[in-house]
Amino acid sequence: MFAFTVKRIAQGILVMLIISFIGFGIKHNFGDPVRELVGERVTPEERAQIREKLGLNDPFMVQYVRFLKNAVQGDLGRSFFFKKPVTEVIAAKAPATLELVFCASLIVVGLSIPLGIYAAIHPKKLFSRLIMGGSIIGVSMPVFLTAILLIYIFSVELGWLPSFGRGETVTVFGFWDSGLLTKEGLRHLIMPSIALSSIMLPLFIRLIRSEMMEVLESEYVKYAWAKGIKPRRVWYVHAFKNTLLPVITVGGVQLGIMVAFTILTETVFQWQGMGSMFIESVTRADTALMVSYIVVVGAIFVVVNTIVDIIYGLVNPVVRVTGRK
Amino acid sequence: MNKKILRTFAMMAALLLCFAVAAHAKTLKLAMDADPVSLDPHVQLSGGMLQYSHMVFDPLVRWAPDGSFEPRLAEKWEVVNDTTTRFHLRKGVKFHSGNEFTADDVVFTLARLKKSDDFKGLFEYFTDAKAVDANTVDLITKEPYGLVMAMATYIFPMDSKFYTGTDEKNGKPKDLILKTDYSFANFNESGTGPFMVVEREQGVKTVFNRFADYWNKDTGNVTEIIFTPISEAPTRVAALLSGDVDFIMPVPPADLERIENTEGLKLVTMSGSRIITFQLNQKRRPEFADPKVRLAMAYAYNNDGVVKKIMKGFATAAEQNSPKGYQGFNPTLSSRYDVAKAKELMKEAGYENGFEATMIAPNNRYVNDEKLAQAFVAMMSKIGIKISLKTMPKAQYWDQFDAQVADIQMIGWHSDTEDSANFFEYLYMCPDKETGRGQYNSGNYCSKEVDELTLASSSETDIAKRAEMLQQVEKILYDEAAFIPLHWQNLSWASKNNMNTQDIVNVMNFPYFGDLVIK
Repeated sequence: MFAFTVKRIAQGILVMLIISFIGFGIKHNFGDPVRELVGERVTPEERAQIREKLGLNDPFMVQYVRFLKNAVQGDLGRSFFFKKPVTEVIAAKAPATLELVFCASLIVVGLSIPLGIYAAIHPKKLFSRLIMGGSIIGVSMPVFLTAILLIYIFSVELGWLPSFGRGETVTVFGFWDSGLLTKEGLRHLIMPSIALSSIMLPLFIRLIRSEMMEVLESEYVKYAWAKGIKPRRVWYVHAFKNTLLPVITVGGVQLGIMVAFTILTETVFQWQGMGSMFIESVTRADTALMVSYIVVVGAIFVVVNTIVDIIYGLVNPVVRVTGRK
Repeated sequence: MNKKILRTFAMMAALLLCFAVAAHAKTLKLAMDADPVSLDPHVQLSGGMLQYSHMVFDPLVRWAPDGSFEPRLAEKWEVVNDTTTRFHLRKGVKFHSGNEFTADDVVFTLARLKKSDDFKGLFEYFTDAKAVDANTVDLITKEPYGLVMAMATYIFPMDSKFYTGTDEKNGKPKDLILKTDYSFANFNESGTGPFMVVEREQGVKTVFNRFADYWNKDTGNVTEIIFTPISEAPTRVAALLSGDVDFIMPVPPADLERIENTEGLKLVTMSGSRIITFQLNQKRRPEFADPKVRLAMAYAYNNDGVVKKIMKGFATAAEQNSPKGYQGFNPTLSSRYDVAKAKELMKEAGYENGFEATMIAPNNRYVNDEKLAQAFVAMMSKIGIKISLKTMPKAQYWDQFDAQVADIQMIGWHSDTEDSANFFEYLYMCPDKETGRGQYNSGNYCSKEVDELTLASSSETDIAKRAEMLQQVEKILYDEAAFIPLHWQNLSWASKNNMNTQDIVNVMNFPYFGDLVIK
């Protein structure tokens, strides 16, 4: 188990290095941040001086090594736009994104499990067909369209929910700006969470349903039936437990994807998290912030997947055995 | 006992006062597409920063809707001699810090402007200002200069006492201008303007409170502005429609009609002064050096049609750079869409069979920029010019523009001086690295006459003579088709209809929120 964990972590570090390299490579071709800093009147010579001062004229590898050196010490550079270290900017924006992802995950987990099980157990019932039909629509509708639709129905037409932003936030633990503790904050969370969950929810319903149906066909479930165990126990203990394994794997990957999907949701709702920050940093060519976002999200991916793999190893010994060799 | 009664009375009085204030408190929830990059007005010369400056600082004079100058911190002014203009400053004006506003602050501000990368170009004709006494200051130019008053609209006096000294946080002078890092001025302000910044989270929210000691007590009743940047246009509109905000700018063209037809909302639009153009590079494409070819292209481009179809009427078709109201606006230049004439000109020039050319345009800089470029390509194909178009985000575009990678390049220009000569200086004078003239002339158009007239106009102080020169330049550019003019983008603001939005907005797009009255 220890060797397995160490190996996974080493792989994670390698992946992070590759991500940072690619991120840095993109940055290098992303236009000139100085353009965004100055007005139209500033002459090319003055712009060149500013670039020189910022160290943007150095060769690619020199800049990359400098970046790595600083990154190891926890310094990812400075944001030109915010005029602060990017770690500070990202730390300030992360709670918004993580809370959004958390709420969306709650919706996904809370709804997909009962709906998926129901659709698997009673595949012929009308409600199951409605669930499956609805999930197709959900999967095929782009997030930003869902978001705009929600805004137009619930904010503009009905006036029930606020159309943008996070509302009132409270600072907890001295650094975490939370919207979960105020009524306004929660009201602001509803629509973005639904929009963000709209892609994952149908996917999970379908996944749970198909896995569950497969398990229900397996020998040991048949054996359980033969033993005369109560249907509830067969469904929820024998069958569902074995459905979970693939769901955990996919769930880990999807959680990472969800963080990335916040880009769209946050932009539409003017949600001040890492996603909208990333889009803005791209349009402003605020390169340090761009690269850091890519690295941070990459790190979240790697960490989540490593944890999932380790849990998976615990749950399913087969993985551990092949991992050992 | 007495003390207790006294205390009760004091509390009641305080409570009453609170109610009285509450009754008058007017909050404006404002949403724009972006928020100012800094609290330091000299850090960037951009529309957003000037909008901010008009809220927190106050200029010496400002533009009135009729194009005249309205006294602000300067009450009166007079021309002393060819190179000196004397400003008599308003007395009893206070900065947000509580310091008294004096002539020294104007001297300090001008000196700082001349240090700013972005502003020093505008003020290159000025020497240091001279304080005559506490309330009188002379602006002195190196040579006679026709735009002294226009430049005075850019002088937003900063609190010299507040911005002098060493900042404890970074050990650097407080008046340092820094674009990419912490500086005192980037995070603190003390101006004389109607609003003070009380809370700011960059990119999220800025809260302004009305400055209690603002010199002009007779105008505006907004006590608090909560400003949220909302970059997505549909979200911005939805926020207004749902009542989450009271005032938005700009309004996307697609939603103009909807807002106009919504009860309780008010839409104000105005023809703007940003000209959108295509430049034809004569150095890259020898065909473009022939005025006949350029004229043919001008004849083949249907500005009116584009304004109607693509811009949905939300622009004003242009035949020249200067919008109406500018000194250089030449009323004799008219629309000239005529494909038959264009074909004839191509034949005369010897390009009956046309030729090929490349073109670049941004896709997120101007309203509908990509579609405009595509329409241009389609129209030029009718006279045999086959154009291969490449569009890109603005973050990449300007480097490509500078490198002149294509034969035809798109550029929009707003004159910082609200004056015609600015267009000519940057877009059509012969490119000269030394002087910086023609810096954005990627067409490499070069005409001795245009150069001479533009330079002469800058030192001409007789308005009538100056206007004549500038109009003549527009005529030359038109006759030689130095460029292809498209249109001036319109400006738009939308708000709830319980405020006097139409009175505070202007063609520069600097809404004077200090004068806003909410009923």
